[in-house]
Amino acid sequence: MKKVHPAVVGAQPFQLAEHRPVERLFEDAEGRDRLEKSLSRYPEKKGALLPMLAYAQERNGWLSPEAMEEIAEALDLTPAYVRSVATFYTMYAKRPVGRYWIQVCTCISCHVNRGEEVFESFLEHTGTRAGEVSEDGRYTVIEAECLGACGFATVVQVNDRYFENVTPETVPEVLAQLEPGEPEA
Amino acid sequence: MRKVSTPPETVRLTIDGQEIEAPVGSTIWEAAKAVGIEIPVLCHDERLPPAGVCRVCLVDVGEKRLAASCVREAADGMSVTTSTPKIEGLRRGLVELLLADYPDDAGNDDTKTERDELRELAAAYDSDPGRFPAGNGRPIDGSSKVIRVDHQACILCDRCIRACDDVQVNNVIGRTGKGYATRIGFDLDDPMGASTCVSCGECEKACPTGALTIASLWNGAAAEARTATGRVSVAAATTDLKPVDSVCPYCGVGCAITYYVDEAENRVVYADGRPSPVNHERLCVKGRYGFDYAAHPQRLTKPLIRRESAYPKGPLSAETTSSNGRRRKPGGLVDYDEVLPHFREATWEEALELAGRRLREIRDEHGPGAMAGFGSAKCSNEEAYLFQKLIRAGFGTNNVDHCTRLCHASSVAALLETIGSGAVTNVFADVENADVALITGSNTTANHPVAATFMKQAAKSGRTKIIVVEPRHIEMADHAEVFLQIRPGTDVACYNAWMHVLIEEDLLDHTFIDTRTEGFEALKELVAHYPPEVAAEICGVEADEIRRAARLFGSAGTAIVFWGMGISQHTTGTDNSRCLISLMLMTGNVGKPGTGLHPLRGQNNVQGASDAGLIPIVYPDYQAVGDAEVRAKFEAAWNAELDPEPGLTVVEIMGGALRGEIKGMYMMGENPFLSDPNTNKVRKGLANLEFLVVQDIFLTETAEFADVILPATSFYEKEGTYTNTDRRVQVGRKALDPPGEAREDWRITCDLATAFGYPMAYDSPAEVFAEFTALAPSYGGLTYENLGLTGKLWPCPDPETGDGIQVLMGDTFPTPNGLGKFVPCEFEPAKELPDEEYPFVLNTGRLLEHWHTGTMTRRSRALHEIAPVPEVEMHASDLAMLELSDGDRVTVTSRRGEITLTARESVRMTAGSVFIPFHFREAAANVLTIDELDPHGKIPEFKFCAVKVAPAEV
Ligand code: SF4
Ligand code: SF4
Ligand code: FES
Ligand code: FES
Repeated sequence: MKKVHPAVVGAQPFQLAEHRPVERLFEDAEGRDRLEKSLSRYPEKKGALLPMLAYAQERNGWLSPEAMEEIAEALDLTPAYVRSVATFYTMYAKRPVGRYWIQVCTCISCHVNRGEEVFESFLEHTGTRAGEVSEDGRYTVIEAECLGACGFATVVQVNDRYFENVTPETVPEVLAQLEPGEPEA
Repeated sequence: MRKVSTPPETVRLTIDGQEIEAPVGSTIWEAAKAVGIEIPVLCHDERLPPAGVCRVCLVDVGEKRLAASCVREAADGMSVTTSTPKIEGLRRGLVELLLADYPDDAGNDDTKTERDELRELAAAYDSDPGRFPAGNGRPIDGSSKVIRVDHQACILCDRCIRACDDVQVNNVIGRTGKGYATRIGFDLDDPMGASTCVSCGECEKACPTGALTIASLWNGAAAEARTATGRVSVAAATTDLKPVDSVCPYCGVGCAITYYVDEAENRVVYADGRPSPVNHERLCVKGRYGFDYAAHPQRLTKPLIRRESAYPKGPLSAETTSSNGRRRKPGGLVDYDEVLPHFREATWEEALELAGRRLREIRDEHGPGAMAGFGSAKCSNEEAYLFQKLIRAGFGTNNVDHCTRLCHASSVAALLETIGSGAVTNVFADVENADVALITGSNTTANHPVAATFMKQAAKSGRTKIIVVEPRHIEMADHAEVFLQIRPGTDVACYNAWMHVLIEEDLLDHTFIDTRTEGFEALKELVAHYPPEVAAEICGVEADEIRRAARLFGSAGTAIVFWGMGISQHTTGTDNSRCLISLMLMTGNVGKPGTGLHPLRGQNNVQGASDAGLIPIVYPDYQAVGDAEVRAKFEAAWNAELDPEPGLTVVEIMGGALRGEIKGMYMMGENPFLSDPNTNKVRKGLANLEFLVVQDIFLTETAEFADVILPATSFYEKEGTYTNTDRRVQVGRKALDPPGEAREDWRITCDLATAFGYPMAYDSPAEVFAEFTALAPSYGGLTYENLGLTGKLWPCPDPETGDGIQVLMGDTFPTPNGLGKFVPCEFEPAKELPDEEYPFVLNTGRLLEHWHTGTMTRRSRALHEIAPVPEVEMHASDLAMLELSDGDRVTVTSRRGEITLTARESVRMTAGSVFIPFHFREAAANVLTIDELDPHGKIPEFKFCAVKVAPAEV
């Protein structure tokens, strides 16, 4: 197989996310409530797009095509537009992700601080390819755009937690910290 | 009253040292262009709103940063330099970056029909494509049947996105991904062929690179043919491919098209929309990709005579033999192997002599009343004119009709009765000046796709609010402010309730009612019995929704209505139309810009064929056959005695054939076997004819019953004028030579007339047109010369300079007393309501990709591949109730017959009704339909009959 630059992987066309049943977003009171609250904050419906994408991810763990379609419908946008916004942000997961979603910054500051190597190292230690879920369902590693902590490059975000000054060598430590007590994956 | 217009405000600026004045709001690029200064662009296309994403058009405006001239507005006092070494260096760098991973085979002259603007710039800047490393491959998407997507050649200029969103308003394309991985994506990054793309080709037309190209130019046959003829450059189209400015042969929108013709091969290579008030260069999938049927190997090339052994007459192929489908083979075309052996080839002399002689004998023996003719709304005005002239002056009968009977006869009946003219009062593009557009009984995006783009654009601009009233959740409903999903066949109740609300809330134009109309009191009385609550019960929608729609409509300053077969193809079709007309009259929405009555015409020349007199009650230009003065005029012109009695209509003629009263028939380009209701009856009628002459380009189902078949020319092989739904008369020009011995339809009609004993001879369609326009005041003054490239609207008082009158009936109606008439109508249910045995309502209609009986479109590669099989659309709950699932084979049965096809779950349906397109002979919807007629328009009720659905027996 031709080697593909990792950045391209998640966005190769027609690698449609596997379809697993996802909850509908706006069919229950909770979803409708979130939608209405969000809508009330913006002059245009379109404004609620980012919050609703975040909500879908919060609810289903990732942003499924179905969710994007539902959001498009709710906000009078085209599905293509919703997807263009969703894929612009690396923090929206367009495919199901593992329990630990490891986002390695490879933007400029991190890049000069061996960000790519850190990224490769995470792939190696988790035994996955970019964007893939590891066999045990634990890890997904992706490259991220600037995580806004450039002073502490290389920066790695795992779910909601930041790890700073990560080097390729300290990757096992980071992984070990994720589940204290459990042996490293 | 228009105020004296103040000159448009302008700004003054200098560009490259030149002092110029430009209208406020123009961009620097536009201002420069106006004085002949060219600034290079890549992402900019004048037909699209500017995006400013490629930065090739950077100019120096004296600020710290350079400005993108395609988006930056020209300002007073601005001083612009369009070219400096720094700017040129930047442009060159940009082009080199884009070129770095531009595939070698992209944008080559063979496959790129528009200019490859990237390669042009590269040449202009003498760019070095190797200066930057190439990125890794982004893929090719070959899933669309018509467009090849090479993501690697895409420069992300967004032109396709804007073309899809802003011009065609199909909203399919977006960007997907980030950074280097960014690509254009269809819907949720589906393969193009699996997306909601409707293959209009607008994106391909807009793309400045080799990213989006016409798929057929890449496929083996076409590519080989190109090498064989030594032509490798499409860019050299002007020298190698001959451009022919013509129009589209499909629907009544009448888009202006340029066909690019390979003369050596006698083949249209590709088609493109051209500038015209009708379509603004836009096309739909049929016009852009559906031209190849003309080159199908099954074209008839020699006259055919039925062999002795094929008598007594009857259907010849298994498919046409019976309705129960038992012996039916899959597939969409008449089986030539089965049918052709029953005919023998003949010379034109022999075939014409036989046809002329036998028709003459029948006429002489049984009288003119035993004769009839079906003309076609696919043929030109000239051909329609000659056809009816032969039937009337030669055969001596008014039994001449055509397929308009099956589409808008009821609308025309209502229009003639109420406002005195059956043509549209305004053009469809004027929807942009309407506050409200009511679209009803028309699946516009499928049946008038390019007209629909104007409606969707108007809605998108926020200027126009759309109200859709429809039993199906059609695509247009997604663009509507209000959508009333009424039960099928309940239109009269719905509109009576609207009128009730308008009267109750006084949303009326009293001046208009008082000065321009009559009969309002009677209408008022009748609709008083239709409060929204009553209609809500009948129509199955909320009373408040009806109120909301009526209020929105009533409070509009200008409103226009578009309607289609969903209104007309009912036994209450005339009533439906009358209600729409009343609605417009009481709100004064006729005769001004942004208002009007627009029954969307189906066929490319249905307006023209009617204008030319293919109607049993009128001569050309709607001059009544019963009027002695008129008749005298035509008798003198045609040098024959004419029948003062109105003739029979399509379904009546078929009935006459069945009863043995009609014996001799001449059919030009019509296929009643599939298009008329109740196929089983049509079969018997056709078989019962003593002599039938069929003139067509393929051997149709109807031709199986013919005694003589005459090979005609396709649209592309002849010249003629065609009148679109707007009343625009346009010239269709000859692009190809006819195959074999096929002859132009107008010539065949002349030859047959001569053989019959009513000699006709013309040198050209223009000569016929001159004779026709002299007898048809509405067409007065029009000639081939002054029709020019974009045609003219009739009536056209100053044909040498003007474009014709767009808005009709501004001061008075062409009725005897000049007033418009209200005709109140009570609601009446459809003729065959669902019951326990036949619980579903069957609705029939068309698909975007196909045309009527499929004779043409099923022989077009792309169209056939996109929609190859017949399907019945059903609501999920109905499928579940019948324990069926999407994709199952089902048998649909009515009291008249049964067909077997595939069930398709559709969110566009409501429970209780099913939809079947009538294009597919292997599951012909008209086997099921009922031949009940509207009493005024004599139009059959195609849109409503009761059926049952069951799993197909295997
Ligand atoms: S072909 Fe038409 S509908 Fe399809 S993506 Fe292109 S512009 Fe949109
Ligand atoms: S496909 Fe063509 S039109 Fe669309 S963004 Fe790419 S280069 Fe531009
Ligand atoms: S570059 Fe890595 S956090 Fe900003
Ligand atoms: S042409 Fe102006 S930015 Fe592309």
